[in-house]
Amino acid sequence: MIQLADIERIFQVGDETVRALSNVNLTVHQGEYVSIMGPSGSGKSTLLNVMGLLDRPDKGIYSLEDLDTTELTDDQQASVRCHKIGFVFQFFHLVPRLTSAENVELPMILAGVDPAERKTRVQAALSSLGLRDRAKHRPDQLSGGQRQRVAIARATIMQPDIVLADEPTGNLDRTSGIEVIQILEDLNNKGMTLIMVTHDPNLSKRASRKVQLVDGKISSDTGGS
Amino acid sequence: MKPGDVIQFSTRALWGYPTRTLLMILAMAIGVASVILLTALGEGARRFVTNEFTSLGTYLLIVLPGRSETTGGPPPLLGETPRDLTLEDALSLTRSSAIRRMAPITVGSAPVSWKHRDREVSILGSTADLFEIRHLSMAQGRFIPAGDPTRGLAVCVMGYKVKTELFGNQSPLGGWVRIGDRRFRVIGVLAKKGQSLGLDMGDVVVVPVASAQALFNTSALFRILVQANGRDAVPKAKKAILSTIRQRHEGEDDVTVITQDALLSTFDRILVAMTLSVAGIAAISLSVAGILIMNVMLIAVSQRTSEIGLLKALGAPGAHILGLFLAESAILSLIGAGFGLILAFLGNWGLAHAFPSFPITAPIWALGAAVLVALLTGLVFGVLPARRAARLDPVQALSRR
Repeated sequence: MIQLADIERIFQVGDETVRALSNVNLTVHQGEYVSIMGPSGSGKSTLLNVMGLLDRPDKGIYSLEDLDTTELTDDQQASVRCHKIGFVFQFFHLVPRLTSAENVELPMILAGVDPAERKTRVQAALSSLGLRDRAKHRPDQLSGGQRQRVAIARATIMQPDIVLADEPTGNLDRTSGIEVIQILEDLNNKGMTLIMVTHDPNLSKRASRKVQLVDGKISSDTGGS
Repeated sequence: MKPGDVIQFSTRALWGYPTRTLLMILAMAIGVASVILLTALGEGARRFVTNEFTSLGTYLLIVLPGRSETTGGPPPLLGETPRDLTLEDALSLTRSSAIRRMAPITVGSAPVSWKHRDREVSILGSTADLFEIRHLSMAQGRFIPAGDPTRGLAVCVMGYKVKTELFGNQSPLGGWVRIGDRRFRVIGVLAKKGQSLGLDMGDVVVVPVASAQALFNTSALFRILVQANGRDAVPKAKKAILSTIRQRHEGEDDVTVITQDALLSTFDRILVAMTLSVAGIAAISLSVAGILIMNVMLIAVSQRTSEIGLLKALGAPGAHILGLFLAESAILSLIGAGFGLILAFLGNWGLAHAFPSFPITAPIWALGAAVLVALLTGLVFGVLPARRAARLDPVQALSRR
């Protein structure tokens, strides 16, 4: 369960202070499917980064599974990211010199999982996403949709509770975009919390809960508490 | 993260940028190789000089006429001529128990002729003991016989080169040569022996000391070589020589005694200092390689910003990232050092072939030190880029494409 209470995030841009997030209160239960919409600069990505522990809020309390994350050290936060959170990015962020299999393996290497176990888990993950024959390919030999599927396999290989997706289809054509969304929704059906930032209303409609952000504030929330 | 995985990941990362990696390895290799080679040259010089000194003879003391000490005391106001060292002075030295052998030496230059061939050669007047003291060996015949040194026998022993030039392939034994205005019978030829401290033993003719003194019409000795009764006896022998000569020269300390050890240790100190300073100069090239590594790693960090951001997003703490980049520097340094060792061995081998008489060998400590310094350089200069990577803000790193 994600609980954001009075979250505020302020950036200093030159002389100006920009309130990327102000007074954000949001509770997301395990297994929910949330889309976050909003015009650019409304703070969507910042909100996602705060939830993903990549960014620290300047004010407020963020508890993840009743754990106050603002109190954690950087290393503890890294460990939470490693085991509980999976990221899917608009630009995939695959390591170009590594093969698909190695990219998927990366989180387990960082977590110190045993090599033999890593291999079987990578195989299983790639097969389930229809990438079995692409295991030895490097990212530049893959199509956009395939790259994003590799990225999803990497995000979920540690079996996180939460998948955070930042415009996951932003760089894909329609067909592979739909494919990717279906994969993410499948994961959600299996119980993972899916939080997706998008500016595509069609995608947003598919989510069971829609959150709208304007100027760093939540302007509407279809679900919620 | 497991250590094996760190090494594998870093190695893969290095392979991702082959040109960059090869250049850095090259720089490191040149640094390491130059440290080892220059140290080897310095060490070779030291050994060369040491060999020269030991070929002079063991436990050797050299007695020179005249005081030539440079320490203490004002220079004499009245120019006093030191007394000559005489054969009697030399003979009186043998009475000390610390002295095993003694060889007086007179040196001069005279024409040596046989039949129609004529050469100007250094003439060395000495006694039978010179043979032992200078570790000489014979090619043919025998050395000057032992006997009363004050009696000048008309015999001579030739250096190898003189013999070849005068006699060619014929045996000179028993032949009579003319040295200056006297005739000497050849009784032996010295074996080929390298130079020792400037005097080529192949290019001399040795005659009994009394004969040489008669030949050059002098009673003075050029110097006296003294062999002490072992290493511990060297200081005692020195004292004995000084006191004996002082007695004989009416209380004047007018000789200088040089011990071989003192000479050797002075040269040794100088050469060790030289080796170290040369190695230090070479170490500068290592640090240049280190700075290169730092620069290239900094570029690597900015090139791989999004990768670092990703690793953080995937749950790598700063320490992991620091470790990964340090491992890269360390691997680079070690591979560079490995190639440097190979390069150094090749250079060593080449030099050894080009100058066979020069004993060039890299001391083991230099090998170890070079590799260690290379690794240290890599780590020290790797810290800055690695820290920059570890501190990278993941949000900014990921927002860039």
